[in-house]
Amino acid sequence: MRFAVVSFPGSNCDDDCVRVATEVLGETAWKVRHDERDLRRPDVVLLPGGFSYGDYLRCGAIASLSPVMEAVAAFARAGGPVLGICNGFQVLTESHLLPGALLRNAGLKFICEDAHVRVDGRPTPFTAGVQGVLRLPIAHNEGRYHADADTLARLEGEGRVVFRYCGPDGTVSDAFNPNGASANIAGICNEGGNVVGMMPHPERNAEPLLGNGQGRALFDAALRLVGGAR
Amino acid sequence: MKPPYTPEIIRQHGLTADEYARVERLIGRAPTWPELGVFSVLWSEHCAYKSSRVHLRRLPTTGPKVIQGPGENAGVIDAGDGWAVVFKMESHNHPSYIEPYQGAATGVGGILRDVFTMGARPVALLDALRFGRPDHPKTPHLVEGVVHGIGGYGNCVGVPTVGGDAMFDASYDGNILVNAMAVGVARADRIFLGRAEGVGNPVFYVGSKTGRDGIHGATMASEEFGEDSESRRPTVQVGDPFTEKLLIEACLEVMGEDLLVGIQDMGAAGLTSSSCEMASRSGSGLHLKLEAVPVRESNMTPYELLLSESQERMLMVCERGREQRLIDIVTRWGLDVCEVGTVTDTGRFVCSWHGEVVVDVPVAALVDDAPKYERPMRAATTPPAVGEVPVPADLGATLVQLLARPSIASKRWIYRQYDHMVRTGTALRPGDGDAAVVRLPETRRGIAMSVGCNGRQCALDPRVGAALAVYEAAINVACVGARPTAITDCLNFASPERPEVMWQLSQAIDGIAEACRALDTPVVSGNVSLYNETEGRGIHPTPMIGMVGLMDDVATVRGAAFPSADLAVVLVGGAAPVLGGSEYLLLATGELAGPPPAFDAAQARATIETLLAAHADGLVLSAHDCSEGGLAVALAECCFGRDVGAAIAVVGEGRDDVMLFGEAQGRVVVATDRPDALLAVAAKHGVPAAILGRTGGDRLRVRCAERTLIDAPVAELRRGWATALEEMLR
Repeated sequence: MRFAVVSFPGSNCDDDCVRVATEVLGETAWKVRHDERDLRRPDVVLLPGGFSYGDYLRCGAIASLSPVMEAVAAFARAGGPVLGICNGFQVLTESHLLPGALLRNAGLKFICEDAHVRVDGRPTPFTAGVQGVLRLPIAHNEGRYHADADTLARLEGEGRVVFRYCGPDGTVSDAFNPNGASANIAGICNEGGNVVGMMPHPERNAEPLLGNGQGRALFDAALRLVGGAR
Repeated sequence: MKPPYTPEIIRQHGLTADEYARVERLIGRAPTWPELGVFSVLWSEHCAYKSSRVHLRRLPTTGPKVIQGPGENAGVIDAGDGWAVVFKMESHNHPSYIEPYQGAATGVGGILRDVFTMGARPVALLDALRFGRPDHPKTPHLVEGVVHGIGGYGNCVGVPTVGGDAMFDASYDGNILVNAMAVGVARADRIFLGRAEGVGNPVFYVGSKTGRDGIHGATMASEEFGEDSESRRPTVQVGDPFTEKLLIEACLEVMGEDLLVGIQDMGAAGLTSSSCEMASRSGSGLHLKLEAVPVRESNMTPYELLLSESQERMLMVCERGREQRLIDIVTRWGLDVCEVGTVTDTGRFVCSWHGEVVVDVPVAALVDDAPKYERPMRAATTPPAVGEVPVPADLGATLVQLLARPSIASKRWIYRQYDHMVRTGTALRPGDGDAAVVRLPETRRGIAMSVGCNGRQCALDPRVGAALAVYEAAINVACVGARPTAITDCLNFASPERPEVMWQLSQAIDGIAEACRALDTPVVSGNVSLYNETEGRGIHPTPMIGMVGLMDDVATVRGAAFPSADLAVVLVGGAAPVLGGSEYLLLATGELAGPPPAFDAAQARATIETLLAAHADGLVLSAHDCSEGGLAVALAECCFGRDVGAAIAVVGEGRDDVMLFGEAQGRVVVATDRPDALLAVAAKHGVPAAILGRTGGDRLRVRCAERTLIDAPVAELRRGWATALEEMLR
C-alpha cells in the first residue's frame, strides 16, 4: 500500500509516520512537501503531528492555506482515506475538511502521556474492525475538541465520533478527559467517513517496544480495506 | 566610541586593567570600539575558560570508543555498526534566572545546535535543574517558567525530552541551574567539524536574521549577580524553535552532500566566537564583510553585529564552486543564506564595514592568548559533623514525609509538559527507569542517558561528591541494562575569584577524573559555569554529569518498578549508608553536615560489572538505585510503578533510620526470579548482595529481626509523592 505523508515546515512527526508505514508495516511511503500539488497517487494520506509553521498563529491555520492542502482536499472529496494526527487534525479542522476546532487544553499546559480511547461510531478506513479500548500517547497543548451544540448533535447522531477518551475499562467520564474536550471527543470523521482526525498518536505505539503496539490497529485497518478493494 | 577608554568602559566590558593592558600589548595599539567588544566576549570566563582551563587538563578524555573529545562543538563516541553518538551538556543558568522562559528555551536551542552542527540528527534532550528551597517566594515562578520554556522549545523542534532531574536547595535561591544536554546520532564517517580551511573558500551565514538581543550575554554569564541583575533582561536572547527546526533540516540536508569544509553555530558571543574559533582550530584567518549580515533591526553597528547573540544562526565554510547548491538547499527551507566573508591565510580576524576595516587583530591574540589564571586556592572549611539526631518514633511517617520532599517526589508534573515520545524511539520514558533509553535509529541498539549531581555531597567534599555523581550516573545507566561509555559535564560553581571556590572546582575535577578512570567513561565534552553567586553567597558546587551508555538490544531494557508479584528482591552493592548530606538529615535537622558517603573506585567498577553481567544473563527484571532518601525511598519507588507491594526484611545492627534513610552510592534494588544466580554473579565480582524479601501484595512492609519498621499501603505512600510538586507550586 502507498502512503503519502504531508510535510509542512515545522511538522515533526512526518518521519515517524513514514517509519511506521515502511519499517513496521513494510509498505511504501513518501513525504509530500507543503508547496507541492501532486500527492503522487497514494492509497492513503497521512497528515502528521508537529508545529506546522511554528503554530505561531492558530494551530494549523497557515498550513490549511498551503498548496498541498488543495491536493489533499481533492483526494478527500474523491473518497480517499485521510488520517490527520494531532497537528494534522488541527489542519483538517482549519481546512474545513472536518467540523469544529481544537482549543487550548483546559489545564493550560502541554500534556504528554498515554491516554485510553474507546473506538466508537461508524466504521472508517482506520477503525473498521477495530473495537474496544486502545492505549495511545497524546502530546498536545491545543487538543480540546470544541464544536457548537448543533454540530456535536450531528456528529453523535451520525456516528461520527470515532474515538473518545475513557478509562482503561472503557468508562467515559470527566475523570478520563485529559484536556476538557467536548463529550470526551478524541477523534471524529467527516460525513463520508473517509477523513478522520484524532489527537492521540497511533504511530507512537505501533510496536511493542514503544508501549503495547495497539496503535498499529489503525494502520492495519487501512491495509485491510484498501488492500481488499484492490 | 573611540580610544582612549575610561576605566569604567573597560570594566563594563568585563576586562580588568591588566587584561586591557594585555590587549594593547598584543595588538600594539588601543583596540577599536568593535575590537574592544570582540576581546570582551572572547576573553570572558564563559568563552575563554580562563579560570578552569589549567584544571580541566586533568580530566581523562581519550579511550577506544572516543571519536571526538573536548574542543569541538560536542563529543562523539563510537556506537557500533558505523554509527556515532554525539552529545554535550551546557548551562544556561544566568539567563534562566533573569528570564526563565526564554533563558531555558534558548538553552535547549543552543545545545541542540552544538549537536547538529556536528552532522548529527538530535534524538534526545535531558535537563538537570536546580532550584532554590521550595518555600522561597521566587521558586514557583522560576520552576513554572523554566519548565514551560524547555517544553515550548523542545516540543516544537521535535526532539524528545526523555529525561533529567530536578532538586531543590536553599543554596540555589539566588542562582538556579538550568543544564541542558542534547544527544544526536550520525554516521561515524560523516562527522563535521568547526574548521575554516581552504584559502578563498566562502563563508556563509545561515539562519535567522541578526537583532540586538543577547549583546554581552557571555559577559553577563561571567559575572556574579548583584541587586541589579533583574535589569539584565535585555541581555537574554529570544528563541524561535520553528526556525531551529528548519535549521536542523536544512543543515542535515546540506551535510548530506559534499559541500562544506566546516560549520559552527553562533552561540555565546555570536558571530565573533563562531568565526574566531573556526579560524583558530584551522590556523587560518577570516575576512568578514559585516554589511552583508542579514539584520532585523535598523542602524545596527559593527559592534552590535559582532556581539549579538541572536539565536538559530550558523556559520558555514563552503567549498568554492559549490555555493549555489548550498544556497538552493537553505533557501528551499525558507532561511536566510548570505556570503559574508572568505577564508584567508593571514591568521588575522578582519572585519570590514562598507569597505572600511573596523577589526583587524590576530586570531591567536583573541583565542590562544586569552588570559589563563592559576587562581589561588584554599581548602574550604570542613563542614560540621552530623550531630544529635533522634530516631523517629514513627519511621513510616518519616518515609511519607521524605517521599513528599520536592527533590525526591515524582517529577511527573515536569515531564508531562515535555514531548518525550516524538521520533518514536523512546524505549524507556521519564519516570519509568533509572535512565532514559532511546533506540539507535535503523538498528536494534539502544542509547541510555542519565544526568545528575548531588550538590550537598559536593559541598561536604567536592572531590568525593563529584566522584559519586559520576558513579550514580553510571549506576543509573547500568540499571536499565546499558554499559556506561562516556560523559559530558557541566561544572557549576560560584565565583572563581574566591580561593575556596577554586579549590572546590579543582577538587571536583579530580573527583570526576578518578571516577571516570575507574569506570572507563572518558569526558568527551563539557562546559564550565562560574560566578553562580549572588551578593557573595554561592551555590553548592554542582559538577553536573551527563552519562551516555550503550546497549546491543534495546528490547532488553529494564525499568525501575517491580514488574509483578512473587519475585525476589535483592540488594546489590554493599556500601554503608550514612546520614551525612542526606535528604533525611536535612528533613530532620535542616542542616548540612558530613561527612558524605565514601567513594570506593574498585567497588564502583565491580558493582557496575555485576549489574551488566546480571543483565546479560537475563537475571534483572527491574533495577533501581538507592539515591536521595536511601533504601526505604528506593523500595517505595519500586512499588509505585505497577502497584506491586513487597515484604522486606533488612539485616543490620545500626540505627533503624540510618539503615532505612541513610545514603550511599552503589546500592541497587533488583527484582529477579533467580536470586541465587544473581547472588552468584555478585559473589564472582566480589560485590556484596543479599536477598531482602519478595514482591507482592498492596503494602510495603519492612521489618528488622522481629521489629516492624514500616507497614503502609502502597497507595498511601504514593499520595504525597505524586502530588508534592504541584502542591509546592500552588
